[in-house]
Amino acid sequence: MKVRTLSTALALMTLFSPMTVLGKQGLIKKSYRPPNYETPIEYLNDIFTPNDKFFVRYHLAAIPVINAQEWKLQIGGDSAEKPFVLTLDQLKHDFEQVEIVALAYCSGNRRGLFQPHVPGVQWSYGAMGNARWKGVRLRDILKRAGIKGDAVEVVFDGADGPVSSKTPDFVKSLPVDKAVDENTIIAYEMNGEPLPQLQGYPARLVVPGWTATYWMKHLISIQAVSKPFDGFWMKKAYRIPKNRFPGVEGNWTSQATEENTPITEIIVNSLITNIHEGQKFSLGKAVQLQGMAWDGGHGIKRVEISTDGGHTWSLSDLGKDYGRFSWRQFKFPFQPGKPGKYVIIAKSTNGVGQTQSFELIPNPAGYHHNQVQQINVSVE
Amino acid sequence: MRKTILWILLFSNVAFAGEETIRLKSSIGREKVTANCVMCHSLDYITMNSGFLDQKGWEAVVNKMIKVMGAPIQEKDAPEIVHYLFKNYGK
Repeated sequence: MKVRTLSTALALMTLFSPMTVLGKQGLIKKSYRPPNYETPIEYLNDIFTPNDKFFVRYHLAAIPVINAQEWKLQIGGDSAEKPFVLTLDQLKHDFEQVEIVALAYCSGNRRGLFQPHVPGVQWSYGAMGNARWKGVRLRDILKRAGIKGDAVEVVFDGADGPVSSKTPDFVKSLPVDKAVDENTIIAYEMNGEPLPQLQGYPARLVVPGWTATYWMKHLISIQAVSKPFDGFWMKKAYRIPKNRFPGVEGNWTSQATEENTPITEIIVNSLITNIHEGQKFSLGKAVQLQGMAWDGGHGIKRVEISTDGGHTWSLSDLGKDYGRFSWRQFKFPFQPGKPGKYVIIAKSTNGVGQTQSFELIPNPAGYHHNQVQQINVSVE
Repeated sequence: MRKTILWILLFSNVAFAGEETIRLKSSIGREKVTANCVMCHSLDYITMNSGFLDQKGWEAVVNKMIKVMGAPIQEKDAPEIVHYLFKNYGK
Protein backbone atom coordinates (compact mmCIF):
# COMPACT_ATOMS: atom_id res chain seq x y z
CA MET A 1 0.00 0.00 0.00
CA LYS A 2 1.43 3.31 -1.03
CA VAL A 3 1.06 6.03 1.50
CA ARG A 4 1.31 9.65 0.55
CA THR A 5 4.42 11.37 1.78
CA LEU A 6 5.18 11.85 5.41
CA SER A 7 4.87 15.58 4.89
CA THR A 8 1.25 15.09 3.91
CA ALA A 9 0.59 13.27 7.15
CA LEU A 10 2.24 16.06 9.08
CA ALA A 11 0.30 18.66 7.15
CA LEU A 12 -2.89 16.81 8.04
CA MET A 13 -2.12 17.21 11.69
CA THR A 14 -1.40 20.92 11.47
CA LEU A 15 -4.76 21.41 9.80
CA PHE A 16 -6.75 20.16 12.75
CA SER A 17 -6.33 21.74 16.14
CA PRO A 18 -7.52 20.33 19.46
CA MET A 19 -11.24 20.48 20.20
CA THR A 20 -12.21 22.24 17.02
CA VAL A 21 -11.58 21.83 13.36
CA LEU A 22 -9.46 24.58 11.84
CA GLY A 23 -11.17 27.96 11.70
CA LYS A 24 -14.53 26.52 12.76
CA GLN A 25 -16.54 26.74 15.94
CA GLY A 26 -19.76 25.22 17.18
CA LEU A 27 -20.36 22.87 14.28
CA ILE A 28 -21.88 19.40 14.62
CA LYS A 29 -19.33 16.66 13.97
CA LYS A 30 -20.37 13.88 11.61
CA SER A 31 -16.88 12.45 11.05
CA TYR A 32 -13.42 13.56 12.14
CA ARG A 33 -11.39 12.33 9.18
CA PRO A 34 -12.12 13.15 6.46
CA PRO A 35 -13.73 16.10 8.24
CA ASN A 36 -17.50 16.35 7.86
CA TYR A 37 -19.26 18.93 10.04
CA GLU A 38 -22.70 20.49 9.74
CA THR A 39 -24.10 23.84 10.79
CA PRO A 40 -26.61 23.92 13.67
CA ILE A 41 -29.97 25.33 12.51
CA GLU A 42 -29.64 28.37 14.79
CA TYR A 43 -26.85 29.68 12.53
CA LEU A 44 -29.01 29.35 9.42
CA ASN A 45 -31.09 32.37 10.45
CA ASP A 46 -28.75 34.83 8.71
CA ILE A 47 -28.75 35.48 4.98
CA PHE A 48 -24.96 35.13 4.98
CA THR A 49 -23.83 32.06 6.89
CA PRO A 50 -20.74 33.08 8.91
CA ASN A 51 -17.52 31.59 7.51
CA ASP A 52 -16.62 29.97 10.83
CA LYS A 53 -20.07 28.34 11.00
CA PHE A 54 -20.13 27.10 7.39
CA PHE A 55 -20.47 23.34 6.90
CA VAL A 56 -17.43 21.24 5.99
CA ARG A 57 -17.51 18.30 3.60
CA TYR A 58 -14.53 16.23 2.41
CA HIS A 59 -14.52 12.81 0.75
CA LEU A 60 -10.86 11.96 1.24
CA ALA A 61 -8.51 12.56 4.12
CA ALA A 62 -5.27 13.87 2.60
CA ILE A 63 -5.94 17.58 2.84
CA PRO A 64 -2.91 19.78 2.29
CA VAL A 65 -2.26 23.17 3.82
CA ILE A 66 -1.68 25.23 0.70
CA ASN A 67 0.86 28.03 0.47
CA ALA A 68 -0.79 30.67 -1.75
CA GLN A 69 2.61 31.76 -3.11
CA GLU A 70 3.24 28.27 -4.48
CA TRP A 71 -0.30 27.47 -5.60
CA LYS A 72 -0.78 27.07 -9.34
CA LEU A 73 -3.85 26.41 -11.46
CA GLN A 74 -3.26 24.32 -14.60
CA ILE A 75 -5.65 24.89 -17.51
CA GLY A 76 -5.53 22.45 -20.43
CA GLY A 77 -7.05 19.26 -21.78
CA ASP A 78 -7.29 17.81 -25.28
CA SER A 79 -9.96 20.38 -26.16
CA ALA A 80 -7.86 23.40 -25.16
CA GLU A 81 -5.73 25.00 -27.89
CA LYS A 82 -3.57 27.09 -25.56
CA PRO A 83 -2.93 25.43 -22.19
CA PHE A 84 -1.58 27.78 -19.53
CA VAL A 85 -0.85 28.10 -15.83
CA LEU A 86 -2.13 30.75 -13.42
CA THR A 87 -0.74 31.95 -10.11
CA LEU A 88 -3.16 33.31 -7.51
CA ASP A 89 -2.02 36.87 -8.33
CA GLN A 90 -2.71 36.33 -12.02
CA LEU A 91 -6.10 34.79 -11.30
CA LYS A 92 -7.06 37.86 -9.27
CA HIS A 93 -5.68 40.49 -11.66
CA ASP A 94 -5.86 39.16 -15.22
CA PHE A 95 -9.64 38.72 -15.40
CA GLU A 96 -12.75 40.70 -14.58
CA GLN A 97 -13.70 40.24 -10.92
CA VAL A 98 -17.31 39.39 -10.17
CA GLU A 99 -19.44 38.71 -7.09
CA ILE A 100 -22.44 36.46 -6.67
CA VAL A 101 -24.56 35.38 -3.72
CA ALA A 102 -25.17 31.64 -3.92
CA LEU A 103 -26.26 28.77 -1.72
CA ALA A 104 -23.75 25.93 -1.27
CA TYR A 105 -25.97 22.89 -0.82
CA CYS A 106 -24.57 19.42 -0.14
CA SER A 107 -26.25 16.77 -2.34
CA GLY A 108 -26.68 14.55 0.72
CA ASN A 109 -28.15 17.18 3.03
CA ARG A 110 -30.93 15.55 5.14
CA ARG A 111 -29.80 12.03 4.18
CA GLY A 112 -29.89 11.11 7.85
CA LEU A 113 -33.65 11.79 7.86
CA PHE A 114 -34.47 9.14 5.26
CA GLN A 115 -36.60 6.18 6.35
CA PRO A 116 -35.59 3.51 5.69
CA HIS A 117 -32.01 4.40 6.51
CA VAL A 118 -29.64 5.24 3.65
CA PRO A 119 -25.92 4.57 4.26
CA GLY A 120 -23.47 7.47 4.00
CA VAL A 121 -22.72 10.59 6.03
CA GLN A 122 -25.84 11.03 8.18
CA TRP A 123 -26.50 14.70 7.52
CA SER A 124 -29.40 16.44 9.19
CA TYR A 125 -30.54 19.92 8.01
CA GLY A 126 -27.26 21.81 8.19
CA ALA A 127 -25.08 20.72 5.25
CA MET A 128 -25.78 24.01 3.53
CA GLY A 129 -24.81 27.67 3.73
CA ASN A 130 -25.30 30.90 1.81
CA ALA A 131 -22.41 33.23 1.00
CA ARG A 132 -21.25 36.09 -1.18
CA TRP A 133 -18.53 34.68 -3.40
CA LYS A 134 -15.96 36.81 -5.22
CA GLY A 135 -13.85 35.54 -8.07
CA VAL A 136 -13.55 35.37 -11.84
CA ARG A 137 -15.75 33.76 -14.45
CA LEU A 138 -14.70 30.28 -15.48
CA ARG A 139 -15.68 31.11 -19.05
CA ASP A 140 -13.11 33.93 -19.23
CA ILE A 141 -10.40 31.44 -18.29
CA LEU A 142 -11.67 28.83 -20.77
CA LYS A 143 -11.76 31.50 -23.46
CA ARG A 144 -8.10 32.32 -22.93
CA ALA A 145 -7.31 28.59 -23.17
CA GLY A 146 -9.00 28.51 -26.58
CA ILE A 147 -11.61 25.88 -25.80
CA LYS A 148 -12.38 23.97 -29.01
CA GLY A 149 -15.75 23.10 -30.55
CA ASP A 150 -15.28 19.39 -29.79
CA ALA A 151 -15.24 19.89 -25.99
CA VAL A 152 -18.05 18.00 -24.22
CA GLU A 153 -17.06 18.43 -20.58
CA VAL A 154 -14.69 20.38 -18.36
CA VAL A 155 -12.95 18.36 -15.64
CA PHE A 156 -11.89 19.74 -12.24
CA ASP A 157 -9.42 18.46 -9.68
CA GLY A 158 -8.47 19.84 -6.27
CA ALA A 159 -5.26 19.52 -4.25
CA ASP A 160 -6.89 17.26 -1.67
CA GLY A 161 -6.85 13.54 -2.35
CA PRO A 162 -6.89 10.01 -1.01
CA VAL A 163 -4.58 8.58 1.64
CA SER A 164 -4.08 5.46 -0.48
CA SER A 165 -3.15 5.73 -4.14
CA LYS A 166 -5.70 2.94 -4.78
CA THR A 167 -8.62 5.12 -3.71
CA PRO A 168 -10.22 7.07 -6.58
CA ASP A 169 -9.27 10.74 -6.35
CA PHE A 170 -12.17 13.18 -6.05
CA VAL A 171 -12.45 14.59 -9.58
CA LYS A 172 -15.64 16.06 -11.08
CA SER A 173 -16.79 17.35 -14.44
CA LEU A 174 -19.35 19.81 -15.76
CA PRO A 175 -21.02 19.86 -19.17
CA VAL A 176 -19.59 22.68 -21.29
CA ASP A 177 -22.77 24.78 -21.22
CA LYS A 178 -22.72 24.91 -17.40
CA ALA A 179 -18.97 25.57 -17.35
CA VAL A 180 -19.35 28.62 -19.63
CA ASP A 181 -22.47 29.90 -17.84
CA GLU A 182 -21.79 33.49 -16.78
CA ASN A 183 -22.60 32.61 -13.14
CA THR A 184 -20.04 29.81 -12.79
CA ILE A 185 -16.96 31.29 -11.14
CA ILE A 186 -13.63 30.45 -9.54
CA ALA A 187 -13.92 32.10 -6.14
CA TYR A 188 -11.07 33.24 -3.88
CA GLU A 189 -13.18 35.25 -1.43
CA MET A 190 -16.15 34.31 0.71
CA ASN A 191 -18.21 36.90 2.59
CA GLY A 192 -15.43 39.48 2.11
CA GLU A 193 -12.62 37.31 3.45
CA PRO A 194 -10.06 35.07 1.75
CA LEU A 195 -11.56 31.61 1.28
CA PRO A 196 -11.10 29.73 4.59
CA GLN A 197 -8.83 26.65 4.49
CA LEU A 198 -11.66 24.16 4.85
CA GLN A 199 -13.78 26.01 2.30
CA GLY A 200 -11.19 25.33 -0.40
CA TYR A 201 -8.36 27.87 0.05
CA PRO A 202 -7.01 29.50 -2.01
CA ALA A 203 -9.58 29.08 -4.82
CA ARG A 204 -12.61 26.91 -5.48
CA LEU A 205 -15.27 26.43 -8.08
CA VAL A 206 -18.70 27.95 -7.38
CA VAL A 207 -21.50 26.54 -9.54
CA PRO A 208 -24.62 28.49 -8.54
CA GLY A 209 -27.83 26.46 -8.68
CA TRP A 210 -26.06 23.07 -8.70
CA THR A 211 -25.36 20.97 -5.64
CA ALA A 212 -22.00 21.51 -3.96
CA THR A 213 -20.43 18.25 -5.21
CA TYR A 214 -19.34 20.27 -8.26
CA TRP A 215 -17.89 23.15 -6.22
CA MET A 216 -14.34 21.73 -6.29
CA LYS A 217 -12.22 22.99 -3.41
CA HIS A 218 -8.46 23.76 -3.52
CA LEU A 219 -8.80 23.86 -7.32
CA ILE A 220 -5.54 23.04 -9.15
CA SER A 221 -6.60 21.66 -12.53
CA ILE A 222 -9.17 22.52 -15.21
CA GLN A 223 -9.25 20.30 -18.31
CA ALA A 224 -11.49 20.81 -21.33
CA VAL A 225 -12.04 17.33 -22.79
CA SER A 226 -13.63 15.87 -25.92
CA LYS A 227 -14.87 12.67 -24.21
CA PRO A 228 -17.14 12.20 -21.20
CA PHE A 229 -15.10 11.98 -18.01
CA ASP A 230 -15.41 8.47 -16.54
CA GLY A 231 -14.01 8.79 -13.00
CA PHE A 232 -15.66 7.01 -10.07
CA TRP A 233 -17.12 10.19 -8.55
CA MET A 234 -18.97 10.92 -11.81
CA LYS A 235 -19.96 7.48 -13.08
CA LYS A 236 -20.78 5.68 -9.83
CA ALA A 237 -21.46 8.34 -7.21
CA TYR A 238 -23.77 11.35 -7.04
CA ARG A 239 -26.45 9.82 -9.25
CA ILE A 240 -30.25 10.06 -9.15
CA PRO A 241 -32.65 7.55 -10.71
CA LYS A 242 -34.27 8.77 -13.91
CA ASN A 243 -37.91 9.92 -13.96
CA ARG A 244 -38.11 10.41 -10.21
CA PHE A 245 -37.21 14.09 -9.95
CA PRO A 246 -38.50 15.40 -13.31
CA GLY A 247 -38.12 19.07 -12.39
CA VAL A 248 -34.38 18.83 -11.73
CA GLU A 249 -33.31 15.84 -13.82
CA GLY A 250 -31.72 18.01 -16.52
CA ASN A 251 -30.44 16.63 -19.79
CA TRP A 252 -26.78 15.76 -19.33
CA THR A 253 -26.46 13.44 -22.29
CA SER A 254 -22.72 12.75 -21.98
CA GLN A 255 -23.17 11.35 -18.43
CA ALA A 256 -26.72 9.90 -18.33
CA THR A 257 -27.33 6.16 -18.57
CA GLU A 258 -30.57 4.24 -19.12
CA GLU A 259 -31.19 4.11 -15.37
CA ASN A 260 -29.69 7.20 -13.84
CA THR A 261 -28.14 10.61 -14.33
CA PRO A 262 -25.87 12.87 -12.27
CA ILE A 263 -27.51 15.00 -9.60
CA THR A 264 -27.31 18.60 -10.82
CA GLU A 265 -29.82 21.32 -9.91
CA ILE A 266 -30.83 21.98 -6.31
CA ILE A 267 -34.47 21.02 -5.75
CA VAL A 268 -37.00 23.58 -4.44
CA ASN A 269 -37.00 23.48 -0.65
CA SER A 270 -37.32 25.40 2.61
CA LEU A 271 -36.37 25.26 6.28
CA ILE A 272 -38.00 26.85 9.32
CA THR A 273 -35.04 28.14 11.30
CA ASN A 274 -36.24 29.70 14.54
CA ILE A 275 -38.55 27.21 16.26
CA HIS A 276 -38.14 23.56 17.16
CA GLU A 277 -40.19 20.40 17.61
CA GLY A 278 -42.12 20.35 20.88
CA GLN A 279 -41.62 24.04 21.63
CA LYS A 280 -44.16 25.67 24.00
CA PHE A 281 -45.53 29.17 23.44
CA SER A 282 -47.53 31.45 25.70
CA LEU A 283 -51.09 32.34 24.72
CA GLY A 284 -51.48 35.95 23.64
CA LYS A 285 -47.86 36.36 22.62
CA ALA A 286 -47.21 36.74 18.90
CA VAL A 287 -44.36 34.63 17.55
CA GLN A 288 -42.49 35.61 14.41
CA LEU A 289 -41.81 32.40 12.49
CA GLN A 290 -38.91 32.61 10.09
CA GLY A 291 -36.90 30.47 7.75
CA MET A 292 -35.15 30.16 4.40
CA ALA A 293 -36.39 28.98 0.99
CA TRP A 294 -34.30 28.15 -2.07
CA ASP A 295 -34.11 26.33 -5.37
CA GLY A 296 -31.72 25.76 -8.27
CA GLY A 297 -31.93 29.23 -9.76
CA HIS A 298 -35.48 29.98 -10.87
CA GLY A 299 -35.94 32.02 -7.71
CA ILE A 300 -38.48 31.62 -4.91
CA LYS A 301 -41.91 32.97 -5.77
CA ARG A 302 -43.79 32.32 -2.53
CA VAL A 303 -43.64 30.47 0.76
CA GLU A 304 -46.93 29.36 2.28
CA ILE A 305 -47.38 28.58 5.94
CA SER A 306 -49.89 26.31 7.62
CA THR A 307 -50.33 26.20 11.39
CA ASP A 308 -53.02 23.49 11.33
CA GLY A 309 -51.14 20.62 9.73
CA GLY A 310 -51.88 21.59 6.13
CA HIS A 311 -55.64 22.29 6.20
CA THR A 312 -55.30 26.02 5.59
CA TRP A 313 -52.43 28.04 4.15
CA SER A 314 -51.33 31.68 4.30
CA LEU A 315 -48.63 33.55 2.42
CA SER A 316 -45.52 34.53 4.36
CA ASP A 317 -43.57 37.75 3.78
CA LEU A 318 -40.49 37.27 1.64
CA GLY A 319 -37.33 39.14 2.63
CA LYS A 320 -34.86 40.99 0.42
CA ASP A 321 -33.96 39.28 -2.85
CA TYR A 322 -30.19 38.70 -3.10
CA GLY A 323 -30.42 37.07 -6.51
CA ARG A 324 -31.91 33.89 -7.86
CA PHE A 325 -29.11 31.65 -6.53
CA SER A 326 -29.33 32.94 -2.96
CA TRP A 327 -31.76 31.58 -0.45
CA ARG A 328 -34.62 33.88 0.47
CA GLN A 329 -35.79 34.57 3.98
CA PHE A 330 -39.48 34.30 4.88
CA LYS A 331 -41.33 35.56 7.95
CA PHE A 332 -44.78 34.85 9.28
CA PRO A 333 -46.54 36.15 12.40
CA PHE A 334 -47.97 33.24 14.35
CA GLN A 335 -50.75 34.54 16.64
CA PRO A 336 -52.67 31.60 18.06
CA GLY A 337 -56.09 32.60 19.40
CA LYS A 338 -56.53 29.66 21.73
CA PRO A 339 -54.45 27.12 23.62
CA GLY A 340 -53.76 23.72 22.12
CA LYS A 341 -51.54 21.86 19.73
CA TYR A 342 -50.45 23.32 16.40
CA VAL A 343 -48.65 21.70 13.47
CA ILE A 344 -46.55 24.22 11.55
CA ILE A 345 -45.59 23.58 7.93
CA ALA A 346 -43.75 25.76 5.39
CA LYS A 347 -44.05 25.07 1.66
CA SER A 348 -42.06 26.97 -0.97
CA THR A 349 -42.81 27.40 -4.67
CA ASN A 350 -40.28 28.59 -7.23
CA GLY A 351 -40.51 30.80 -10.32
CA VAL A 352 -41.56 27.94 -12.61
CA GLY A 353 -44.22 26.59 -10.24
CA GLN A 354 -42.24 23.71 -8.74
CA THR A 355 -43.07 23.05 -5.11
CA GLN A 356 -42.00 20.86 -2.20
CA SER A 357 -43.04 17.25 -1.82
CA PHE A 358 -45.37 16.01 0.93
CA GLU A 359 -44.00 12.48 0.61
CA LEU A 360 -40.31 11.65 0.80
CA ILE A 361 -39.07 10.48 -2.61
CA PRO A 362 -36.84 7.43 -2.03
CA ASN A 363 -33.57 7.07 -3.96
CA PRO A 364 -30.48 4.94 -3.31
CA ALA A 365 -28.10 7.66 -2.15
CA GLY A 366 -30.56 9.78 -0.17
CA TYR A 367 -30.56 12.93 -2.30
CA HIS A 368 -33.13 15.70 -2.89
CA HIS A 369 -34.93 15.40 0.45
CA ASN A 370 -37.45 18.24 0.08
CA GLN A 371 -40.37 16.85 2.02
CA VAL A 372 -42.12 19.66 3.92
CA GLN A 373 -41.23 19.89 7.60
CA GLN A 374 -43.98 19.40 10.17
CA ILE A 375 -43.15 21.04 13.47
CA ASN A 376 -45.44 20.25 16.41
CA VAL A 377 -45.74 23.03 18.97
CA SER A 378 -48.15 23.79 21.77
CA VAL A 379 -49.72 26.98 23.10
CA GLU A 380 -50.55 27.26 26.79
CA MET B 1 6.87 0.03 7.66
CA ARG B 2 5.39 3.21 6.25
CA LYS B 3 2.00 2.08 7.48
CA THR B 4 3.43 1.81 10.98
CA ILE B 5 4.89 5.29 10.76
CA LEU B 6 1.55 6.81 9.76
CA TRP B 7 -0.16 4.91 12.56
CA ILE B 8 2.20 6.31 15.14
CA LEU B 9 1.70 9.79 13.74
CA LEU B 10 -2.05 9.49 13.91
CA PHE B 11 -2.28 8.25 17.44
CA SER B 12 0.62 9.85 19.22
CA ASN B 13 -0.56 13.37 18.59
CA VAL B 14 -3.47 14.83 20.51
CA ALA B 15 -3.66 17.62 17.98
CA PHE B 16 -5.58 15.27 15.75
CA ALA B 17 -9.08 16.56 16.21
CA GLY B 18 -10.23 14.25 18.98
CA GLU B 19 -10.81 11.16 16.90
CA GLU B 20 -8.64 9.20 19.34
CA THR B 21 -11.59 9.35 21.74
CA ILE B 22 -13.55 6.92 19.55
CA ARG B 23 -13.33 3.40 20.96
CA LEU B 24 -14.89 0.55 19.05
CA LYS B 25 -16.61 -2.16 21.07
CA SER B 26 -14.25 -4.72 22.54
CA SER B 27 -14.79 -8.04 20.80
CA ILE B 28 -13.00 -10.52 18.56
CA GLY B 29 -11.96 -8.77 15.36
CA ARG B 30 -11.61 -5.25 16.72
CA GLU B 31 -7.87 -5.16 16.09
CA LYS B 32 -8.33 -6.17 12.47
CA VAL B 33 -11.08 -3.65 11.92
CA THR B 34 -9.07 -0.84 13.45
CA ALA B 35 -5.90 -1.75 11.59
CA ASN B 36 -7.59 -1.93 8.22
CA CYS B 37 -10.03 0.98 8.40
CA VAL B 38 -8.36 3.74 10.37
CA MET B 39 -5.70 4.43 7.80
CA CYS B 40 -8.12 6.20 5.46
CA HIS B 41 -10.92 7.36 7.75
CA SER B 42 -11.84 7.87 11.38
CA LEU B 43 -13.81 5.13 13.11
CA ASP B 44 -16.93 7.27 13.49
CA TYR B 45 -17.74 6.18 9.93
CA ILE B 46 -18.58 2.84 11.55
CA THR B 47 -20.52 4.17 14.52
CA MET B 48 -22.38 6.71 12.35
CA ASN B 49 -24.00 3.89 10.38
CA SER B 50 -24.45 1.63 13.39
CA GLY B 51 -27.67 -0.33 13.86
CA PHE B 52 -28.96 -0.21 10.30
CA LEU B 53 -27.09 -2.91 8.38
CA ASP B 54 -27.61 -6.66 8.48
CA GLN B 55 -24.80 -9.12 7.74
CA LYS B 56 -25.29 -8.71 3.98
CA GLY B 57 -25.29 -4.94 4.34
CA TRP B 58 -21.95 -4.88 6.18
CA GLU B 59 -20.55 -7.36 3.68
CA ALA B 60 -21.50 -4.99 0.86
CA VAL B 61 -19.79 -2.10 2.68
CA VAL B 62 -16.58 -4.07 3.23
CA ASN B 63 -16.62 -5.26 -0.39
CA LYS B 64 -17.06 -1.71 -1.63
CA MET B 65 -14.17 -0.55 0.51
CA ILE B 66 -11.92 -3.27 -0.96
CA LYS B 67 -13.01 -3.22 -4.59
CA VAL B 68 -13.91 0.41 -5.13
CA MET B 69 -12.06 2.42 -2.52
CA GLY B 70 -8.89 0.31 -2.55
CA ALA B 71 -8.83 -0.63 1.13
CA PRO B 72 -5.77 -2.79 1.92
CA ILE B 73 -7.87 -5.60 3.42
CA GLN B 74 -6.52 -9.07 2.72
CA GLU B 75 -9.10 -11.51 1.42
CA LYS B 76 -8.63 -13.86 4.38
CA ASP B 77 -9.39 -11.03 6.84
CA ALA B 78 -12.64 -9.87 5.23
CA PRO B 79 -14.99 -12.43 6.89
CA GLU B 80 -13.70 -11.61 10.39
CA ILE B 81 -14.14 -7.88 9.74
CA VAL B 82 -17.69 -8.35 8.41
CA HIS B 83 -18.53 -10.57 11.39
CA TYR B 84 -17.23 -8.00 13.89
CA LEU B 85 -19.11 -5.13 12.24
CA PHE B 86 -22.37 -7.03 12.05
CA LYS B 87 -22.14 -8.41 15.58
CA ASN B 88 -21.28 -5.07 17.19
CA TYR B 89 -22.79 -2.51 14.82
CA GLY B 90 -25.43 -4.45 12.92
CA LYS B 91 -29.18 -4.37 13.16
